[in-house]
Amino acid sequence: MQHYINIIINSVFIENIVLVYFLGMCSFLSISKKVETSIGLGLAVIFVLSITAPANWAINEYFLAEGALDWAGLEDINLDFLQFIVFISVIAAMVQLVEMLMDRFSPVLYYNLGIFLPLITVNCSILGCSLFLVEREYNLAEATVYGFGSGLGFFLAIVSLATIRKRMRYSNVPPTLRGVGMSMLLTGLISMAFLGFSGISL
Amino acid sequence: MKLSLFSTKNKKIIKDPLMGENPISIHILGICSALAITTKIDTAVVMTLAVVAVLSISNTVVALIRKLIPNKVRIIIQMSIIASLVSITDQILAAYYYDMSKILGVFLGLIITNCIVLGRLEAFAMQNSPGEAFLDGMGNGLGYGAILIAVAFFRELFGFGSIYGYNVINDNIYFSGYENNGLMILSPGAFIILGLIVWVHRSYTKVIDKG
Repeated sequence: MQHYINIIINSVFIENIVLVYFLGMCSFLSISKKVETSIGLGLAVIFVLSITAPANWAINEYFLAEGALDWAGLEDINLDFLQFIVFISVIAAMVQLVEMLMDRFSPVLYYNLGIFLPLITVNCSILGCSLFLVEREYNLAEATVYGFGSGLGFFLAIVSLATIRKRMRYSNVPPTLRGVGMSMLLTGLISMAFLGFSGISL
Repeated sequence: MKLSLFSTKNKKIIKDPLMGENPISIHILGICSALAITTKIDTAVVMTLAVVAVLSISNTVVALIRKLIPNKVRIIIQMSIIASLVSITDQILAAYYYDMSKILGVFLGLIITNCIVLGRLEAFAMQNSPGEAFLDGMGNGLGYGAILIAVAFFRELFGFGSIYGYNVINDNIYFSGYENNGLMILSPGAFIILGLIVWVHRSYTKVIDKG
């Protein structure tokens, strides 16, 4: 149990996907103007990551990795090179599926998260997480926990940036630095604060 | 219409993304990779080449078949074209330049979700001829690369004291108390340098964000 908690703490604070690996920066910068929308996007990312991480893990384990097709009697086939195409299609399909299910069973949630879901397909944090899973050789449970933890890290980062940007409205920022330039500098400072966690060994 | 490579229009297609329409500093696309692989100039150069290749080829391919693509499934078609090209680039790099492909790691694969590529396919290749789309791909790839290399230049200079792998800071300077700034190699350095570059670039092109 402690092992899984460590994975979560690690992926939220120490190796935050946004602040340390720079994944999902585009939506991180463009959707952080309002706190409410950033909460919506953050929740949607947590949701999609916790689903796609185990799905891509299973597909890699039983179809793509070296020797994965043993169960079908095809030991010599290595479909490693198909990883990118398969992962991105799985993500696109999962997002579509989640969207349809949500629309059917929970219209309220769909109404709140709906507009963010299509955006998530091209959010690098989702694909990046799936690729990290393979690189780090996690098992199924670890993969799921890691997906959830990374989503939580994204949520934390985007909500904190949105709240800081809200406060920035009262400050006098040079015109050409307004918007993205300032957000980058703020992210730099948040990221510096998160570096403080990097000394923790789990 | 006579097609000449250096007509005014074609020049504009290539030049715009380098300055006033830069994908990174003006449109804020493709930031992820711009930050992750810019600790050294050589990785930034390889990444630029990979993006230029993927972007110009996918732009040309999509422009060639733009009239055949049904509107409803266009994103999926575009994604699969990009993903195939990225897989090919990845394999080529792994075959001929193995060390570099190890360093770039997952970030090469993340060209797929680099918004610049999908953005240009949607905004340009779907409406224009293959030749123009190719130039547009080149231009945007180079505009992306220019910022990438600028960020990498400062991070490498301050972080490692070298430029493109060559030491430029004299031993005597280290001896008199100068030290490399480790923060530049870590993530906050990337954010701050890119933020400052965006500031300088926007002051120069006079683009003002409302937000």
